[in-house]
Amino acid sequence: MDFELPPHVIEFRNTVKRIIRDVVTPEMIDEMHTSGTFTNHTLNRALAKEGLLERAVPGMGMGDPLELWVLFNELEKAGAPYDGISTSIMVAGVVQQVGTDEQKQAMIPTVVSGEALVCMGYSEPDYGSDVASIVTRAVRDGDEFVINGAKMWTTMAHEAKWLILLTRTDTEVPKHKGLTMFLLSMDTPGITVEPVHTMGTERTNATFYDNVRVPVSAVLGEINGGWRTMAVALAFERGVMGGTNVAVPMLRHFRKWAAKHIGDDGVALIDDTLVRERLARIAIDNEVAKLLTQRSAWIAASGGLPGLEGSMTKVFASEAYQKAVRWCQQMAGPAGLLQFHEPNAAADGWIEYDSRHSPVTTIYGGTSEINRNNIAERHLGLPKAR
Amino acid sequence: MRLGLTDDQLAIKEVFAGFFGKESTPAVVRAAEPGGFDPKLWRRVCETGAPGMGVAEDAGGGGASLGDLAVVAEEFGRSIAPIPLIDHQVAARVLARFGGARTDVTDGETLASFALRPAVNGSWWLVPGGSVAGLTIGLDGDELVAVESAPPAAAPRNHAAQPLADRSTAGARTVLASGDAAHAAFDRALNEWKTLTAATLVGIGAQALHMALDYVQSRIQFGKPIGAFQAVQQSLADLPIAIDGGRLLAHKAAWAGDNEAAGVDGHLDIDDNDNSNFAVLAGMAFVFNADGAAHATDRSLHFHGGYGFAEEYDIQLFYRRARGWALVYDDPARECGRLADTMFGPRESVR
Repeated sequence: MDFELPPHVIEFRNTVKRIIRDVVTPEMIDEMHTSGTFTNHTLNRALAKEGLLERAVPGMGMGDPLELWVLFNELEKAGAPYDGISTSIMVAGVVQQVGTDEQKQAMIPTVVSGEALVCMGYSEPDYGSDVASIVTRAVRDGDEFVINGAKMWTTMAHEAKWLILLTRTDTEVPKHKGLTMFLLSMDTPGITVEPVHTMGTERTNATFYDNVRVPVSAVLGEINGGWRTMAVALAFERGVMGGTNVAVPMLRHFRKWAAKHIGDDGVALIDDTLVRERLARIAIDNEVAKLLTQRSAWIAASGGLPGLEGSMTKVFASEAYQKAVRWCQQMAGPAGLLQFHEPNAAADGWIEYDSRHSPVTTIYGGTSEINRNNIAERHLGLPKAR
Repeated sequence: MRLGLTDDQLAIKEVFAGFFGKESTPAVVRAAEPGGFDPKLWRRVCETGAPGMGVAEDAGGGGASLGDLAVVAEEFGRSIAPIPLIDHQVAARVLARFGGARTDVTDGETLASFALRPAVNGSWWLVPGGSVAGLTIGLDGDELVAVESAPPAAAPRNHAAQPLADRSTAGARTVLASGDAAHAAFDRALNEWKTLTAATLVGIGAQALHMALDYVQSRIQFGKPIGAFQAVQQSLADLPIAIDGGRLLAHKAAWAGDNEAAGVDGHLDIDDNDNSNFAVLAGMAFVFNADGAAHATDRSLHFHGGYGFAEEYDIQLFYRRARGWALVYDDPARECGRLADTMFGPRESVR
């Protein structure tokens, strides 16, 4: 195997690193934690200005497909606000793959210029893991569809220009076969957004659809082909576009703090043998999470759709992160309880933040159990258990 | 970047999967217990060229890279073959690197072993392959030496079912390197051993998963195969993740080792998760796969129910070796301590 990135991808990575150095300030990161909105217009524009966003869109052919992974991996390691732009680039890739020319022309330039964000409406109040059972209805009315229903966890809906929306268009067929995805503007009359605040500070939303009228041309993919469009989106989401190396900045923050934190016995925390063993194990898991992510990116770059590999990556990385967070908060002792800006907070408050953030990572984008079902059925060949 | 095997490696994999599948069946593995060595299998493996495969071509070997050897090691692990193949390959490479390549070692006619710990009081403790090797390579003070002596007749009975033995530094002794060069050569060889052992453990874990899948699909309880139950499925679904991740890590270590041998130094920045350092990757691969193989064999044995505990079933053979073949070196937790020294620096506040 060859683990060396091609020279043009290394150059791309260096450009991302330079922009992060120039643009991402502690104040910017602070603002993201205060507002709960994990996106930043200045950063998005700076990335767009150097052409990095258009290069990262899957299937556009502007850059090496590995660059999608490189872009979000660097932003993630820096702790930068990238949730908005990662979702948007990923959906731009879906539009590139299954959208009409009209949709591509309307939507992709607004995203790759760093001006517009996209939010995703899949889950509903009553349907999360069983997303194929959603009940938001889209009913054909001449050249239009009329949409009624409600969605949960529509993160960035309060900032986004675009929405991709999973609806039910046929109730007479098996549940996976009656779904249709739409791409529409958040300006469309009939959409309302209500904030949902979370333990991890991140703001998400509930969104409501009241007689929302869209033209037939707003269908993304095929009518009743919404499940396939979802599969494309999920293959990008799980394991390529970020969320798999969150423990890297956490280890960095903890390690730096532990080197300065001297215990009652005069020994620095970093010199404690148990701490060292655990930090080494976190570093090993970080390397493996990176390799699994790289494999997904490499498969995508070689023309494949890494759905199953993405499931593996997501399960491993999110669970390793949770284990690492639990260790770090415990090892920090009472200092691990203190929040950002409190004196003597472990790792300047990062450990406490990670402890609040980590629970969601085994839930969003497909729970660990749903991903394990995928692996058991499609990789191990075991019978369907549901 | 290429995160799959090359066509040549796929061919190597097929050859050795076929060889070990045919020659190292569970019956052969059982017959070699408790000593853990089958001389007939060793003679057969010598015919494939595997013992000297990693020796440079100009020294009379096969010129295989560490990456190629990792492919062979995984198939070797899959069959838990009762021969000290990895130990011999590592020892043969050390000899060749210091100009001492011997045809009898490259061919495998003389079995060589590599002592994983420096000698203490004139003795290397529990050398893998030590009960059958005529040549022992190891660190003795500030010298890396090759010692020729007759192996003891028997191995102590052990959980790894390996031909282990304590070996004396006395005998016909050749100094391969001295001073810093000796320590560097020892470290290099130990990193090669960790890398190839990691790949072996990937094979053990993969085979344990394969056996578990066969069993849970044929064992019927409550009117259906136990593999249809979600509790069983969810637990088994973890195994391919650890196996695939472990394989990538072992191959990354091998890649870094091949680069190091070619004079390309690795890079280490843990804060940025950017790491191509051979020593660190070899240690990581050892730890991750020691834990991974232990877990895979644990789950597989468990899902065999009581039969998994029965001597008659094969999974117990894999369960013991998954632990033993790593612990002949050391506890993965202690290896984490050594990794921490490299990654985070020495323990400065402790005197």
